Amino acid sequence: MKSNRLLYLLPLLTLAILAGFFGWSLLSGRDPASIGSPLVGRPAPRLEAPALFPGKPALTDALLRTGKPVLVNFFASWCTPCLAEHPLLERLASRDGVTIIGIAWKNKPEEARAWLERLGNPFAAVGYDLDGKMALDWGLSGVPETFLIDAKGIVRLHFRAPILEKDVNERLLPLLKAGS
Amino acid sequence: MLPELGHFALILALAVALVQATLPLVGAARGDIRLMALGRTAALTQAFLIVLSFAALMQAYVTSDFSVATVVANSHSAKPLLYKISGVWGNHEGSMMLWVLILALFGAAVALFGETLPDGLRARVLAFQAWIGVGFLAFILFTSNPFLRLSPAPLDGNGMNPLLQDPGLAFHPPLLYLGYVGFSVTYAFALAALLEGRVDAAWARWVRPWTLAAWCFLTLGIALGSWWSYYILGWGGFWFWDPVENASLMPWLAGTALLHSAIVVEKRDALKSWTVLLAILAFSLSLLGTFLVRSGVLTSVHAFAQDPARGMFILGFLLAVTGGALALYAWRAPSLQGGGLFQPISREGGLILNNLLLCTLCATVLLGTLYPLFLDLVSGAKVSVGPPFFNATFVPISFALFAALCVGPYLGWKRAELWPALVKLRTAFAVSVIAMILAAVLIDRRATLAAVAFGFGVWLILGSLYELADRVKLGRVSWSETKRRLRATPRASFGMTISHAALGVVVLGAVGTAAWNAELIRTFRIGDRADFAGWQVTLAKVVPVRGPNYEAERAEIVVTLDGKPYTVLTPERRLFLVQRREVAETSIHSNLLRDLYATLGEGDVQKGWTVRLYYNPLAPWIWLGAALCALGGFVSLSDRRLRVGAPKRSRVIVQAAE
Repeated sequence: MKSNRLLYLLPLLTLAILAGFFGWSLLSGRDPASIGSPLVGRPAPRLEAPALFPGKPALTDALLRTGKPVLVNFFASWCTPCLAEHPLLERLASRDGVTIIGIAWKNKPEEARAWLERLGNPFAAVGYDLDGKMALDWGLSGVPETFLIDAKGIVRLHFRAPILEKDVNERLLPLLKAGS
Repeated sequence: MLPELGHFALILALAVALVQATLPLVGAARGDIRLMALGRTAALTQAFLIVLSFAALMQAYVTSDFSVATVVANSHSAKPLLYKISGVWGNHEGSMMLWVLILALFGAAVALFGETLPDGLRARVLAFQAWIGVGFLAFILFTSNPFLRLSPAPLDGNGMNPLLQDPGLAFHPPLLYLGYVGFSVTYAFALAALLEGRVDAAWARWVRPWTLAAWCFLTLGIALGSWWSYYILGWGGFWFWDPVENASLMPWLAGTALLHSAIVVEKRDALKSWTVLLAILAFSLSLLGTFLVRSGVLTSVHAFAQDPARGMFILGFLLAVTGGALALYAWRAPSLQGGGLFQPISREGGLILNNLLLCTLCATVLLGTLYPLFLDLVSGAKVSVGPPFFNATFVPISFALFAALCVGPYLGWKRAELWPALVKLRTAFAVSVIAMILAAVLIDRRATLAAVAFGFGVWLILGSLYELADRVKLGRVSWSETKRRLRATPRASFGMTISHAALGVVVLGAVGTAAWNAELIRTFRIGDRADFAGWQVTLAKVVPVRGPNYEAERAEIVVTLDGKPYTVLTPERRLFLVQRREVAETSIHSNLLRDLYATLGEGDVQKGWTVRLYYNPLAPWIWLGAALCALGGFVSLSDRRLRVGAPKRSRVIVQAAE
């Protein structure tokens, strides 16, 4: 009879567990839309892309193993947030001397070239990934996305949105200073 | 002035609800007739006040009173009247108002039509209903006041999400809420029964019409929502296993299980505590759905009013309503004595199998919906659970349900033989297998699962119709005898046949649309031609058009069959001027056997336009079937024994035990 009574408590217990999870979820302030950055802390994925500007060497993994931290930025000429982010990249490259590698993602090379020629080119090297195959390895969900790769070739930061002033000052530059 | 009046009426409604929630309970405990009778008066008063308040809010929308904050946020003077009205519930505050309105109307309906109920039971049911009302009214008044004034008032409003400006979606929330909130009556009946410690055939008979009505409305609401996503989102699909969709499916599954288990209580006096539990769960799952949609703990393509702060309130409310009920259940249910005994192979056994399968389906949907949330919290891993999971779990379990569905009605109460039932169904079985093989061979050799599902669809339709034919001895006795038997068949049985067969129609529609469709996405310049699923399609022209609150490009896609004109599809791309948002308006040519479906993407004269074409065989059957399913419910609802003034309970039990 006793075990029978416990059986009738089962729905209540199930509810308590469910409610616990819901409360935890609400209080944790998690963003269900965020898909996370599983690459952080791991070696950078393969970098292999034809150069955007004719005559320049193709992009390879060697660019990520120069002993210096680098930023990898995926962009496209059709992407308005990329346009908003562009001045900040220019400043990072010229003022802070950060090496930035650009990848034009799902973007026709001539359009990406015209875009950079019009706005200025902050990238030490630019490649393109027309069909987005390479970006699959990087877990790209759209553009712009930016990765900070440290001197050992490990991914340190992953921005799934345009980088802002705040991100640069609070996250990017401190890590860069500590790394170099 | 009117908004203040509405606000004041809402505050009064809360006060009345508090009275309704307490005094009748005291009256029922003390046996005080006057206090119990107060429940009826309070329920009617509360409904009157909320109708008044809702009317005031609607007046503000219809006359575009931009001194009211919610009207500014969700309406615009240039909007067509239908959407000014549907705009009332197309946002968080207004939809909560719609919720309490329907709740109060259901309460008033119990007060008006519950004349045959014992005084104590009616008083308790109304009191428990009022508790739910108290919770929601407090929620509205303290966190989401729809009558908040703005000063100075802006000249015009921000408009409404263009995706919601659609006739289908204008009626989707009211129907869905009629379903969700309808289960609150069943819930209140369950609590009252637990408190009284009495669950019997009479109780089951009183609960049945409310469950049935809620279930019918929920069926229609879900179907309308699915139809909306089919033609407005422009993806050609009808069900995406999205959390919001799942949230409405779970109470439907629990409600369907409840409908069936309540029959066992009514006819055989068994499965009592299980039925009471289902009655609590059906409403709790409706609340859970509201919580998931409103709190923002899950992402969804349909979410339109998310706010974590409100999430906490709804969670607290969910905990109080469900937790309180389940605690009462844990305390009182063990004392409910089961009545009738039966063998595993019997009508009761069949209905238990039905319940097991439906509840497994419900649990599967719950798990699939919440698993990403659990995993993220526990391990931080991000996953999404989508169609592959549900195809691998939900579909096979439904097959088991479909297989058993046609056999159950053949089994007698208490004890039955399986074999004679199967023999009677042999023709239906043979035809279904042939249909399955034909589908596999002729239509698509790779889509095995689709062929099996197709076979099950045919089986459901034939099996259900066979049962009716057997019941009236069609072809085995004279036509006049068959007619006599047809007239003697209770409407509830007709309802069952219609709903069961309708499920088959839905299955066939779903198989056709999901597995045998054809799709073409390409860029068309003016004059470009393409072959598509046997037709020749040409983009004839693209012209600008102007609507009341949008500008659009309308394409004219000429469809010809063997050189002869067949039809012209006119998909549009609408730019809503207030929100600066583009919405694709699909164009569908339907002939009840298949849909030819076109949407217009971005483009211009030089580059051409992206056009998506879908050929969806049997697609209209999905919604036709769902409507038939609800119709079956309404037919059953009109059954003599559920109507007011029907013969007394004792006779019904004699009839039922035949």
